Amino acid sequence: MVEPEYVATIGLEVHVQLDTVSKMFCACRTSFAAPPNTAVCPVCLGYPGALPVMNRKAVEYTVRAGLMLDCDIQSHSKFDRKSYFYPDMPKNYQISQYDQPLCQGGGVEIDTDAGTRIIRLRRIHLEEDVAKNMHFAQSSGVDFNRAGTPLMEIVTQPDIESADEALGFLQTLKALMLYSGVSRCNLEEGNMRCDVNISMRPAGREALGTKAEIKNLNTFKGVQGALLYEIDRQADVLRGGGEIVQETRRWDVDVGKTFSMRIKEDDHDYRYFPDPDLMPVVLEPKEIADWRQELPEAPRARRVRFVEQYELPDYDAGVLVADKAVADYFEEAADLSSNSKAVSNWIMTEMLRMLAEREGAITDVLIRPAALAELIGLVDDETLNSNSAKEVFVSLFEDGGMPAALVKEKGLAQVSDSASIEAFVEQAIAENPKSVSDYKAGKTKAAKFLVGQVMRMSQGRSNPQLVMKALESRLAD
Amino acid sequence: MTEKKDNEALDVAYVARLARLELADHEIRDFQGQLEDIVGYVRKIQELDVSGVEPTAHPAPVVNVFREDVVGPSLKREDVLNNAPLHDEDQFLVPKIVE
Repeated sequence: MVEPEYVATIGLEVHVQLDTVSKMFCACRTSFAAPPNTAVCPVCLGYPGALPVMNRKAVEYTVRAGLMLDCDIQSHSKFDRKSYFYPDMPKNYQISQYDQPLCQGGGVEIDTDAGTRIIRLRRIHLEEDVAKNMHFAQSSGVDFNRAGTPLMEIVTQPDIESADEALGFLQTLKALMLYSGVSRCNLEEGNMRCDVNISMRPAGREALGTKAEIKNLNTFKGVQGALLYEIDRQADVLRGGGEIVQETRRWDVDVGKTFSMRIKEDDHDYRYFPDPDLMPVVLEPKEIADWRQELPEAPRARRVRFVEQYELPDYDAGVLVADKAVADYFEEAADLSSNSKAVSNWIMTEMLRMLAEREGAITDVLIRPAALAELIGLVDDETLNSNSAKEVFVSLFEDGGMPAALVKEKGLAQVSDSASIEAFVEQAIAENPKSVSDYKAGKTKAAKFLVGQVMRMSQGRSNPQLVMKALESRLAD
Repeated sequence: MTEKKDNEALDVAYVARLARLELADHEIRDFQGQLEDIVGYVRKIQELDVSGVEPTAHPAPVVNVFREDVVGPSLKREDVLNNAPLHDEDQFLVPKIVE
């Protein structure tokens, strides 16, 4: 393969909304769906003289996230004012952390085509979200419900080299955040938003090129699309002998292009200074150690364990651990079953498909892990054939309950006694002389047809292997 | 020489622009002089040996002022919107923001 002419250097800033019930500096509820301006107070509206008081849980969650991402937790940290003028922030500064964030360093291990890589982190700081603007014909509207929601900003080192790596990083980060329980990571509700920095340089040259920043991407697809476009655009400019302008750009998803936002450099002079309204945060080593102790098993470790403990293929383990709730469900069911691979198969196929169709969550699903384990037992001891098992699964998925009772109630148990099967086989042979002669002439398709006839006569409940066997021995006479 | 360099660092026109303040030329000149006096006064601290003093943002030795993550009452929307010069039934209205 030919070396690419230009290589990309990409860094991400990911805003992750913390899953607290109240806001960062006031007691208003954090609510995505509330009617506009109904979860607001003097603090989050930025009234002069209103005093912010820090939400303890937001600090705890940021530290827990930092521990999950191998960061160094800072024993001393503080909050600063970041000055800027925009109608989403009427006090004209955002409370953020400048030079003493809660977490420094850390990294995220991701899978790439060339093996695993570590994307190093620079820092994680805690800040308040801003209001939401809506644009009308003559004016813009401002809704302050979101203002003051606690946000973590996770900043990477410029370690990412392609749009696919950026996507892989975000997916892995999301899984880690869901595992640590600090955010719901709901992209539709804007729980994760991303700014990207990207520059290009000729392959083999050390010094980084001039970067462009693309702001406020709220889907992973958007990040990927914007990066693919920007990599091409910058390479084209450079190949043509042009220069990249340092600027902020906006991704237009409908057009599939980025556009310059022409922001003056002045606007980036945020004049940070310590917020006199907020006292520093000092974390005791004991406190940090306790949180470290409570960290859940990381998805990577869990994947390895699933392969060893449940003898799953690595692929299955990867699919299951990608979502903590799915992995938890699997583990509960597999511990009750003697057939872990079957548990994995049911979850990866029927369960995830039906959940996706209904946009449901596995945590709310009516078929409980014990029921799935019991269903697999009924298939393994040949009480149910695979068609009936699917029917039972759907019924349990929709209405709950336990499979053994349902099988009894609906008479779904597989017909395995030879007398009944032989009777059906006789009938099928008598009714289909053409197929019988075809079979005798060596057409195997005819046998399948006859088995199908028996299955139909028994409403799909016969054991197909036994039917085949009975047919073969009867027609061999 | 140092004095000159520090004075250059104080660009009143630039600071005013950042703060969205519209200043006339004579105001810029006036404030330049006044602000330089203030900065010069504060600069006296550089004459002291503070090498053994930790930088601090707060005079009070208080840390970890937290509230628990508990929801409290918010304001009534009607009252909130009535404080604004312009609003519709559920939002504040501002001059149209152009990106």
